[in-house]
Amino acid sequence: MKQSSDPMSSKKPFRVFRGLPQLSMLVLILIINVINSPSFFNVTIQDGRLFGSIIDVFYRGVPVAILALGMTPVIATGGIDLSVGAVIAIAGAVTASLAQTDLAGWQIISLVLMTGLACGLWNGLLVAWLGIQPFVATLILMVSGRGMAQMITEGKILTFTNPAVDFISRSAFLTVPTAIIIMLAVLLMGWVLLRGTALGMFVEATGINRVASTNVGVKTGAVLTTVYMWCGFCAAIAGLIITSDIRGADANNAGLWLEMDAILAVVIGGTSLLGGRFSLGFSLLGALIIQAMNTGILVSGFKPELNYIVKALVVLAVLCAQSPALRIFMAKLGQKRRAAS
Amino acid sequence: MKLLKMCLVVVSLVVLMAVSNVAFSADKLVVGFSQIGAESGWRSAETKVTYQEADKRGVELKFSDAQQKQENQIKAIRAFVAQEVDAIFLAPVVETGWTTVLKEAKEAGIPVFLLDRLIEDKDVDLYTSAIVSDQVLEGRLAAEWLAEATGGKANIVELQGTVGASVTNNRKKGFEEVVAQHPDMKIIHSQSGDFTRSKGKEVMESFIKAENGGKNITAMYAHNDDMAIGAIQAIKEAGLIPGKDILVVSIDGVPDIFKAMADGEANATVELTPNMAGPALDALIKFKADGVAPPKVIQTETKVYLPDTAQAEYDRRKELY
Repeated sequence: MKQSSDPMSSKKPFRVFRGLPQLSMLVLILIINVINSPSFFNVTIQDGRLFGSIIDVFYRGVPVAILALGMTPVIATGGIDLSVGAVIAIAGAVTASLAQTDLAGWQIISLVLMTGLACGLWNGLLVAWLGIQPFVATLILMVSGRGMAQMITEGKILTFTNPAVDFISRSAFLTVPTAIIIMLAVLLMGWVLLRGTALGMFVEATGINRVASTNVGVKTGAVLTTVYMWCGFCAAIAGLIITSDIRGADANNAGLWLEMDAILAVVIGGTSLLGGRFSLGFSLLGALIIQAMNTGILVSGFKPELNYIVKALVVLAVLCAQSPALRIFMAKLGQKRRAAS
Repeated sequence: MKLLKMCLVVVSLVVLMAVSNVAFSADKLVVGFSQIGAESGWRSAETKVTYQEADKRGVELKFSDAQQKQENQIKAIRAFVAQEVDAIFLAPVVETGWTTVLKEAKEAGIPVFLLDRLIEDKDVDLYTSAIVSDQVLEGRLAAEWLAEATGGKANIVELQGTVGASVTNNRKKGFEEVVAQHPDMKIIHSQSGDFTRSKGKEVMESFIKAENGGKNITAMYAHNDDMAIGAIQAIKEAGLIPGKDILVVSIDGVPDIFKAMADGEANATVELTPNMAGPALDALIKFKADGVAPPKVIQTETKVYLPDTAQAEYDRRKELY
């Protein structure tokens, strides 16, 4: 499906298909997981929801996956959004404080999503219209956003019981947890927005060369603002899910360092930090690789001190597998062997 | 005429206030408190309790919030020295870099009390006394309670705090010491939940799946209450009853764990008291009154709380945090 959106694939004879490094890595990690913990793929039904380690990979992967879906077009424009973790904290704080009022579920959710859009608009305006480098522009909200969230929650962990917010993490559709459905819906939305229209092409054009794109008539300012707003919107959804999961807003910790995981997922998915070509599907795959690793480490019984090292090695392996230099080397090796025989 | 009268009233009021201020400050102790910030509920509670304890003893408190920055704490200490306060309370944000500023305080003859955290050993002569909790004891008490509740026979899963943090290491050490004395008590899984609710929940979920849907797990020990609260949700979502199918013991004593205990979902918590200032103030007052030098290290009281007092403790604490 994704190959059609990739005009380069037909020109590179040594590549079987584009997602091979990512897919094989995911399969490899899952195989290691099942060796470590034979019950990894056992799935039962608990309270009408699927229940098992493999389901955890998807369910726990949802926040980073949604963040990565938001981050992908931003990175494709050559930008970056460091503020998504802080936006999660803000969205969580807003969710928790609204959940204690009499507002209806749809009102709470739309207000939270609007908060996310507003955060994205702020980033977008700084980047697009003031021309501040994305790294610095979004750093502002990364630092101040957590402070805002703490102001809303007054430094406490705000807990609540609200049927509408609970629904997000506690319900299921045909035994599939709702959060996973939401993730798929965001993927679909992003795909329609970016690939169903010309926006995706404009995003890539802006990322490759903003000046040239402006000269051929792409409204790059509007494109940039839109992608940052989309990223803020996704972060707000992730914030809703995280807050709903623990039924509380923890402004100090919600979404902490998740921006790094999201960026990592996008990079593992093959989108270059320099901008240009992107793929939502592979970013999602990247997020699942990270989570498959996390869940695998948790069930394996490794010492927690090893977690980061194992993670770093796996990431290194994925990035090496994608490295153009390595690919050229392997191709040359193949040619030599053929020549020798 | 009216104006003159007004002026007179104002002037006399100002004079009166100045006089009374002097009269008060003559016998009222003034303490400068440099707090780290308000990064956790416990920290804010410590600040509130410090105000209350100072109030109780008629001590004037000058408060400075450092917002997690050492430079702000250094500035605050210098300001306190300039104001010639009677003592400085310091909750140091980091262990190093205090030598210069604490020397200034020492030269000015102002005693410094460390609250809750220590600084590096080479500066040990620069402070008067440190008020700290015994984190190893906290872990030990949690394990002792568990050994008694299970008759020394338990498969335990442990949710550790942030890897490498001293509090994680100490709470783990104390717990393991006691577990080692009971041959039938075993820690079957131990992972880091980063002291947060959502990580605590995620880690507990994976433990439950690794142990036959949680049926092999007797008890869960968490290095703080927040992770335990997350884990309680994971236990419930797996169709088990927290506090019964899996016993729950944790450390800190935040209000929400008392609520969980009152609801029967948690079994015990070891309190880390936010009252670090009380013992410090007592030591200071004694020092000022009869020159008794306070001990270098003052340990706060560590206490296990059980469900029977949970509701009352929750009501008492919810305003503090």
